[in-house]
Amino acid sequence: MAFEIDAKELHYRELNKLIRKAIAQGEKHLVLKNVNGQRYIAAGVSAEVDIDIYGVPGLDLGAFMRGPRIRVHGNTQDGAGNTMDDGKIIVEGMAGDVVGYAMRGGKIFVASDVGYRVGIHMKAYMDKIPVIVIGGKAGDFLGEYMAGGIIILLGMYSRYPERPIAGIFLGTGMHGGVIYVRGGVPETQLGGALQIEEVNEEDQKIIEQHLSEYSKDLNYKLEEILAEKFVKIRPKTHRPYGKLYAY
Amino acid sequence: MEIFIPNKEQAGCGLSGVINRKGELIKGEVIIESICCQMERGNGLGAGYAAYGIYPEFAEYYCLHVMADHKQALKDVEEILAHKCYLVHQERIPTRPTPGIVSPPRFRRYFVKPRYEGELREICEGTLDEDDYMVELVMHINKNVSGAYVISSGRNMGAFKGVGFPDQIANFFRLEEYSAYIWTAHNRFPTNTPGWWGGAHPFTILDWSIVHNGEISSYGTNRRYLEMFGYHCTLLTDTEVVAYLLDLLIRRHRLPIELACMALAPPFWQEIDRMEEPDKSVCTAIRTVYGAAMLNGPFAILFAYNGGLVGLNDRVKLRPLVAAKKGDYYYMASEEAAIRAICPDPEEVWCPKAGEPVIVELEPDTIPNQRSYLRGEALSISAPVCRFPLAAEEEEEEE
Repeated sequence: MAFEIDAKELHYRELNKLIRKAIAQGEKHLVLKNVNGQRYIAAGVSAEVDIDIYGVPGLDLGAFMRGPRIRVHGNTQDGAGNTMDDGKIIVEGMAGDVVGYAMRGGKIFVASDVGYRVGIHMKAYMDKIPVIVIGGKAGDFLGEYMAGGIIILLGMYSRYPERPIAGIFLGTGMHGGVIYVRGGVPETQLGGALQIEEVNEEDQKIIEQHLSEYSKDLNYKLEEILAEKFVKIRPKTHRPYGKLYAY
Repeated sequence: MEIFIPNKEQAGCGLSGVINRKGELIKGEVIIESICCQMERGNGLGAGYAAYGIYPEFAEYYCLHVMADHKQALKDVEEILAHKCYLVHQERIPTRPTPGIVSPPRFRRYFVKPRYEGELREICEGTLDEDDYMVELVMHINKNVSGAYVISSGRNMGAFKGVGFPDQIANFFRLEEYSAYIWTAHNRFPTNTPGWWGGAHPFTILDWSIVHNGEISSYGTNRRYLEMFGYHCTLLTDTEVVAYLLDLLIRRHRLPIELACMALAPPFWQEIDRMEEPDKSVCTAIRTVYGAAMLNGPFAILFAYNGGLVGLNDRVKLRPLVAAKKGDYYYMASEEAAIRAICPDPEEVWCPKAGEPVIVELEPDTIPNQRSYLRGEALSISAPVCRFPLAAEEEEEEE
């Protein structure tokens, strides 16, 4: 049975105390109702637990967390998954700016659009590879300073028909990791020292693996998503900025 | 007035604004609830509100909200007004003692009209020149009267602001007693400039009011530019320049509001290089002529006037801004939660792009002395704009 918490009128400190207490008591599935703007929900929580959120969670949802699976039944604000280490955040609506900031593990699946600087400074180490999948479009600076990890951008389920699939300065300062874009992206949107190439078999396998999980979680049709080719964006060299500070 | 120098920790002011396009009045409680949902974005060193449509009985008169340290400062202001204005009514701005609000200044409001001398009376009275007259008067008081500041000076509107959290400032000014067709609100977290009563947002001139989250690092350049046109910055806070820039660009230079927003947050040259004519020439001209009006640094602003509410981000969106709509109501805020707090089921929620103004004007002929700065059909400039009313044909399609 799910453990329900009514977040109405609760300050984020009280709400997080209740969440941590429930987890300590062994609850495996929490349902948060009437959430509206409470910050840091499940931040720093290190546990295997499912959390369903109804309403709009506040900034830094799931920051630093290691393990929880969060499903937001609606939109979420800026900074979701800030420096998260493991677990999963599923957003059934839009997400704000700096989603997955400095993320180092786990997955963030967004059904629709995301804001600016998503995946900024993501990093990977050995088998810890963070993944962000975006069903809609992304604002400027997607994957800025990216050092590792995977971003998959679909551009399919957007509320902004007039916007390009990704804003400008995509991957500015990127020196590791990879961004896959469904259907391609104009080179004008890219930051410097990046190359766009066709995906190879290995890439396709990675893409299909993550998208099959993504489409199941969000009830999308996998064939429809895979009907179009993907391109791969990655840094031209291992150290694209190696000479910037050397003279 | 005591001046608090901020300790630099984290920043993140909160903004909220609401407008009803049919001019229906919105209770003060509504905006208070919205801004208080973003309590974490401030630190108690400033909050404020702007309200439009609150003085219908004196709608033809400019209303000066004056903040003063002591009685003498008020006397000095009154002496200037006696020479320069017709005064139809004056009163204390009602306040109530509020826990946490310590040694507030005095607040008085004056409903006035310019008093021209001699021949000028026939030429200028009742004309657009009255706005310039009032700007000059406000600058004169703020610059020369020690301890007194005019904190708003428009017709049928007013600003209420001070040092405190937004719930405290609202309680202090009894804002639940006012209803307005446009409200904006601010919750302050000062970082680079002092927290003091005059430095709280909104900043205003005439019926322009602006609330801001961020910092204007071009303050020095903007300020010197404005001085050439007779605007003097006296309130020790970067945001003040934006109020005067709006007055200069939109009212005095008569730029359509979209182009004025472009001057404040212009496209990058590399974007302009990729544009086609005539957009390319328009953007180049704006950047060239109004280089000194460009706002550098991170910002999300909401500004309002007698007739509209506008939200705008800096050109790389370093501060958050969310917009929503339901029926004739339009909402803009730093966080979606602040909108949902007062409108749980909006028809649309969207995040404007960097440098993309969201412009919402009242329907035509809704209020006395209504101003519209759309100035005709939407321009075909490449910078995207959310514009309400929409261009004529789009509106038909909607129906």
